[in-house]
Amino acid sequence: MHLGNLASLTFFLPELAVTATILLLILVHVAGKSRYSAAPALLSLAGVGAALLLVALQPASPGRLLFEGMVALDGFAIFFKALTALATIVVIFMSMESRDLAGRTQTEYYVFLLSVLLGMFLLAASTDIVMLYLALELVSIPSYLLAGYLKGKESSTEAAMKYVVYGATASGVMIYGFSLLYGLTGTTQMAEIGRALAAGKAPLPVFLAAAMVTVGFGFKIAAVPFHMWSPDVYEGAPTPVTAFLSVGPKAAGFAVLVRFFYTVFASPDAAAGMWKLPPSVDWTLLFGVLSAVTMSVGNLVAINQNNVKRLLAYSSIAHAGYMLMGFVLLTPAGLKAILFYLVVYLFMNLGAFYVVVLVANGTGSEDIADYSGLGRRAPFAAVSLAIFLFALTGIPPFSGFIGKVYLFAEVINRGVYWLAVVAALNSVVSLYYYARIVKVMFLEDPKESAELPVPAFPRAVLSLLAIPTLVLGIYWEPVARVAANSVRLLAF
Amino acid sequence: MGLDKLLVISAALFCCGLYAILTRRNAVAVLMGVELILNAANINFVAFSHYVSRVIGGQIFAVFVIVLAAAEAAVALAIFLRMYATTGTVEIDAADQLKG
Repeated sequence: MHLGNLASLTFFLPELAVTATILLLILVHVAGKSRYSAAPALLSLAGVGAALLLVALQPASPGRLLFEGMVALDGFAIFFKALTALATIVVIFMSMESRDLAGRTQTEYYVFLLSVLLGMFLLAASTDIVMLYLALELVSIPSYLLAGYLKGKESSTEAAMKYVVYGATASGVMIYGFSLLYGLTGTTQMAEIGRALAAGKAPLPVFLAAAMVTVGFGFKIAAVPFHMWSPDVYEGAPTPVTAFLSVGPKAAGFAVLVRFFYTVFASPDAAAGMWKLPPSVDWTLLFGVLSAVTMSVGNLVAINQNNVKRLLAYSSIAHAGYMLMGFVLLTPAGLKAILFYLVVYLFMNLGAFYVVVLVANGTGSEDIADYSGLGRRAPFAAVSLAIFLFALTGIPPFSGFIGKVYLFAEVINRGVYWLAVVAALNSVVSLYYYARIVKVMFLEDPKESAELPVPAFPRAVLSLLAIPTLVLGIYWEPVARVAANSVRLLAF
Repeated sequence: MGLDKLLVISAALFCCGLYAILTRRNAVAVLMGVELILNAANINFVAFSHYVSRVIGGQIFAVFVIVLAAAEAAVALAIFLRMYATTGTVEIDAADQLKG
């Protein structure tokens, strides 16, 4: 169904809710007396909560094209909107708790955060490369500002500078790739570009354009070799922002990667129940290698890290590698595995970062050495962190295990054995550095014996993140079903 | 002027931009390289819009790219200014606090 501008508005309520919240925040900023009050945080919570509710109420089928074919409303888009909104809510809770951010102007922070959220909503749904570019920049530009939000702290400024330099370059190369695609096909609609390319001519320029577009998307999901920014940015940025970047924009990056490549460089093959490649470009082997290299580099470099945020940065690179495995298979089951993994990853990764925020509030440090004896100083936080880290490793009975089972099963099912072997070896490597933190927390003597107090509210939020991490390892069927349904509606 | 000449110009501009990004150590000069790449893409869009597509989509895309390039430059320059205020330099090599 193709809808005009006015008719589209009724299907655009979540985005409108976020936009209205952003405008309200600016009004609050102008009218408010204190720059440090909690009002902006609560207002953004309400706004994102309303948006999440509106997303949940959106009809997933039949799929609709809104705004003259600019934005899609299908199960895939709704899934990612719900995922990113959920991540934003957790990050708002985390930001309210963070001592780093407490000394900075509150409103602007939430304006940027919600702008990124709006960008992610549009990015997951865009079906036209103009819209895609606009949404990608709406995600990127406020992210640069968020990374440098700790004014006067050298590492934060440095993170912002590296982020903006790498980000601007990546999006510039990507837009040049888009211009080539436009020239080859004469349209900016992704579906039409796909149909024109399926007719199959001029393989070299198509391949060049695909490579250039990959630079832009690879930057967003932090895949090797476009990952160089991420450890520095993750370490320097305020911890809630790091958590946000490692889940939200990464998920949105996967959404746009899948939607773009599965409509432009592949087409749905109803008979086989999967997607098929155009005759001109075969990119699956390239992405398979990219996936293997990404997870290996992420895991191997993580071994030597002494800063928890930096370690989690490399671990999130590795997780992008695992998820890319599902992307190269071109099957609905592979996509479902990615979607399921993203849900699991949201809880375990945000949970790990939440503990990092709480510990940094107490000790003022993010070094692994300062986590020694945390099991005695703050048992609740330490046990939660252990749960999240074991889930990230992917050992049963935690949810990360189920996420990996879905990915591995489909990779083996499709006969890509070498990739499954690489991923299995990587999981073993990752156990080493995750377990090292757990060992420091529980087996080493604390440097200080004073107890680290964890207030009741963070405790509650932490439980809300830890419970899904545990429960999804035992009873995951509903989430898997939602993921499977979100895949089926992707194609138009 | 034909399409091929315009494409050569844009490809040359793209290469100049990439060269500037890779070799310049001053953050502002790197940003200038990025602007060159964006303008190379703009030439492509307008040229293709005129010679290939004959609908206005490509020119609209170019306008969007110009606007977003301005937004990106504003944010980037603000960040560089902040960096100059904290460290006294905008050389990319000087930003070496975070590594490993």
